[in-house]
Amino acid sequence: MDILLQEVGYSYAENTPFEKRALHHVNIHIPSGSYTAIIGHTGSGKSTVLQHLNALLKPTEGSVVIGDRKVEAGVKAKNLRDIRRQVGIVFQFPEQQLFEETVLKDIMFGPMNYGVPEEEAKRRAVELAAQLGLPPEALEKSPFDLSGGQMRRVAIAGVLAMEPEVLVLDEPTAGLDPKGRREIMDLFHQLHVQKGLTTVLVTHSMEDAARFADQIAIMHNGKCVVSGEPRDIFANEEQLMDYRLEPPRTVKLQRMLEAKLGIELDGISLTEEALAKNIALALAKGRETE
Amino acid sequence: MMEKMIFGRFIPGDSLVHRLDPRAKLLFVFLFIAIVFVANNALTYLLLLVFTLLVVFLSKIRLYFLINGLKPVFILLIFTFLLHIFFTKEGDVLFQFGFIEVYEEGLRQGIFISIRFLVLVFITSILTLTTSPISITDGIEVLLGPFKRVKLPVHELALMMSISLRFIPTLMDETGKILKAQMARGSDIGSGPIKERIKAVVPLLIPLFVSAFKRAEDLATAMEVRGYRGGEGRTRYRQLDWRLIDSLSLLLLAGFTAALWYFRT
Repeated sequence: MDILLQEVGYSYAENTPFEKRALHHVNIHIPSGSYTAIIGHTGSGKSTVLQHLNALLKPTEGSVVIGDRKVEAGVKAKNLRDIRRQVGIVFQFPEQQLFEETVLKDIMFGPMNYGVPEEEAKRRAVELAAQLGLPPEALEKSPFDLSGGQMRRVAIAGVLAMEPEVLVLDEPTAGLDPKGRREIMDLFHQLHVQKGLTTVLVTHSMEDAARFADQIAIMHNGKCVVSGEPRDIFANEEQLMDYRLEPPRTVKLQRMLEAKLGIELDGISLTEEALAKNIALALAKGRETE
Repeated sequence: MMEKMIFGRFIPGDSLVHRLDPRAKLLFVFLFIAIVFVANNALTYLLLLVFTLLVVFLSKIRLYFLINGLKPVFILLIFTFLLHIFFTKEGDVLFQFGFIEVYEEGLRQGIFISIRFLVLVFITSILTLTTSPISITDGIEVLLGPFKRVKLPVHELALMMSISLRFIPTLMDETGKILKAQMARGSDIGSGPIKERIKAVVPLLIPLFVSAFKRAEDLATAMEVRGYRGGEGRTRYRQLDWRLIDSLSLLLLAGFTAALWYFRT
């Protein structure tokens, strides 16, 4: 499902002394099936953009096209539930939204709201819980008895259970341990490929953006200042510095190696694997010339 | 929706009213509430209204914003006005449609009560709009000081008040966040039949309570870690400062009261 933001502007608390402008003329195109990362410094408007993707916020200027629906400033929009079924959002610290008596019921809450039959919702919940690495006995426990990491997984399962076509992730791994982070990010990627989802990831982690995204948009002071492919974006370090961002660690390591050894590696390494391969290639080349 | 509410909100500013000592403002408001009941004819009610508008003007808060923010109050206001119109049956009949008769006295009472109500709401809103919650509690703590002799836990009360005021915006934000998260999962408080809407409150309230209790616990720990032991021997960082202007504001109120008294019938 294509999502298109056109000249979107948004002000919080419009027409009051507390009015705060959060977005100015934002243009972002999220093609169907793409993995888009939105990066930017704290307070750059990332989270505000994200809430436009399923019409939780309505633009105060411009328009947002979601699939075949158009949400436009100043036009009353009806039946937004349909959009929200198709575009699932995993908010920051989603464990705060848990409320049911048991984990199973909490995961089933979303699909049941959209009229999925109980049996089917249950089937999805059990399957997702296993996929997210929750022990089977956890399903009958109260979500408040679980550890923080497990609560996070339950909340994520609750969004995935709606089987959205577009999955929007707002810092889904903030506050998790490194292993848990990796597992969850890999799972999202796996789902993205398997189910042909359109994924939007809002993140502070340049490593995640570099590894998974095929398109990156940089937000700065409420504007979408740059968008493009990861290799182009992370190759331009000066531009990143302008927006108070850094390249991923692999790129930094590559640059240090290049400076120390006085060589130049091929392209830029967005993942550890790519960097290892690049170094190995350079080493092999070095041996040949000797 | 909630962004527009102005009950208990504070708008920082540098007007004459903003700079008054919170004790002066609190006394002013309490006395004013009593004085409102002195008015009893058209002239005195008009004076009340003019005086209130003067205070609003001095506070440099836009009247439009004040009126807009108090919209829920106006519904109550209209309701009381209509009650008076329909149920007071004294004086001459002014006009009549069908079985509804509007009496002169009813209209009079309706207008007077509405003005009284409006004036009270405006003045109390101006108090909270121009005084930070911390200053209000400081002021209350000092004003209640004499009651310490009768074992009233004044410091604890003030602390409770400032903590609850401090957490209103936090909880509001949190409500908004959880509401959005549940809306994204297809629960909708804003629409559907009443029964469905009431059901939709549960997914909102439970997470809110959970996080409020967690916050309370964290706050208690943080206070203990920083050595909080109650009000005994505690010095103040913010000193209250009573200046000439504060005395003048109360004098102005006294003058106004005298005028009201003179013109009342």
